[in-house]
Amino acid sequence: MLGLTITQWLFGILSLMAIMFALMVVFTRSPVNSVLYLVLTFFCIAGHYLLLNAQFLAVVHIVVYAGAIMVLFLFIIMLMNLNTETEQQKHIIARIISGVIGGLLLFVMVGALKGAEQINIVQSGASQIGLVKNLGNVLFHEFLFPFEVASILLLAALVGAIMIGKREPASPTPPKEGLL
Amino acid sequence: MTAFIIYKAIMCGGVFLLCLAAAAYATLWERKFAAFLQDRKGPSRAGWGGILQPVADGVKMFMKEEIIPNVSNRSLFILGPSLFMITAVITSSVVPWAKPVMIDGQVYDMQITDINIGVIYLLGVASIGVYGIMIGGWSSNNKFALLGAVRASSQMISYEIPMGIALIALIISSGGSLSLKEIVEGQDAGFANIVWQPLGFLIFFICALAETNRAPFDLPECETELVGGYHTEYSSMKLGLFLFAEYINMFISSAVMATLYFGGYNFPFAHELYEKLGLADGSVWISIIGFGALMTKIFGFICLFMWIRWTLPRFRYDQLMNLGWKSLLPLSLLNLAITVVVEYFRGNIKF
Repeated sequence: MLGLTITQWLFGILSLMAIMFALMVVFTRSPVNSVLYLVLTFFCIAGHYLLLNAQFLAVVHIVVYAGAIMVLFLFIIMLMNLNTETEQQKHIIARIISGVIGGLLLFVMVGALKGAEQINIVQSGASQIGLVKNLGNVLFHEFLFPFEVASILLLAALVGAIMIGKREPASPTPPKEGLL
Repeated sequence: MTAFIIYKAIMCGGVFLLCLAAAAYATLWERKFAAFLQDRKGPSRAGWGGILQPVADGVKMFMKEEIIPNVSNRSLFILGPSLFMITAVITSSVVPWAKPVMIDGQVYDMQITDINIGVIYLLGVASIGVYGIMIGGWSSNNKFALLGAVRASSQMISYEIPMGIALIALIISSGGSLSLKEIVEGQDAGFANIVWQPLGFLIFFICALAETNRAPFDLPECETELVGGYHTEYSSMKLGLFLFAEYINMFISSAVMATLYFGGYNFPFAHELYEKLGLADGSVWISIIGFGALMTKIFGFICLFMWIRWTLPRFRYDQLMNLGWKSLLPLSLLNLAITVVVEYFRGNIKF
């Protein structure tokens, strides 16, 4: 079939789907559909990880992004009950300005990547680096320090979120339990 | 290549049918069990002792009028139950159902696929399982359904965390493999993992109850407050899919618990029994006996699920969140710490 291997076919199809869903995220009117298309995009990217034989990354990608973060996004959007009627329409000038800025960003990125040298990518089918055992070895031997620093960063973010989310002690109404 | 595809197709079809059959008869068994606990007879008209009741229920579900609310989001409304059913079924693909069978010198695993991240795959599927409920609840355009969906999602996200940490402790004590096949094989000789992970199992079991939305964690469909919860607007077989998927979830989470903590298809004195019967490794009969052992364990767990459902009252929502975040999460971290110390002295962890 066109001289392509199965992997190349899968790569092509997955990439097409990923780009299509990513475009749908932007073009669809309803915010809920937007989030759902974003979830599909994440699945396509997880498929790409699988093609690179990085199974651990693929599943963690799904657990973290599709399973946790996007569920929270969906949660909030569903609770706010946004729909096309109540959606604020941006002023025409704001739209033109954002269009120009977005175009400039595209221009800069294309310009920056144009001169980039072609890297020879190693055929990844036989690569074992993405398997959980090898990844763990690398992470806990070579990159132990950055790994621990990243975890402290996450902890700081967690504490910060709790601090922001905390109720003021002298709130006029006492906090009710079991609202939901 | 063709033989491989045929073998995989048979495995997929077989496991799928097994899940459907087990879930169908779990509905009957649930009603029988409830009747037993309440000193009634339960369904007894369809077939001998009610044996055809699941068929009758299925026919009833299909025959009912199907109503899709006008104001709902039609495509998402249909997607919801389908997605819930799919995520319920695909968990079964990593469970090893029996010992590998040897036919003509070719070894066939009795497992759809053995991925080396099986345990994380389970967590991943559990975490996307909530989409079916959320999409279904939101697209119904009904405030009770939305509340049910919101409850379900917050409950499932909260209980995934202690579940994941309990699994980390299990992986440490079972030798560091994430593949379910290797975890089961590790329990072949010696003790099942429950001996080293009693607290971890308790946490996992409670989280499994919460993840499958079974009582006492069935707040998403709490009928005294929310009419029917996330499936209030559903009718006909779409409702059937939601209800049926709950039983599939229950069956598969029982299978996972039996596999991870109770040795899967292994059972005490298995090798002595096989020797006495004169069965060689790779024999079909060994697989069948092992499959029977796994099914017995699953049946035991399903009975436990039902016993709990018909005994305990439902939690209040704040109690549910307190239990998840203030009890189970610290307990699972404590369990992890104890596991690391114990395993250091057992020699499984080296620095």
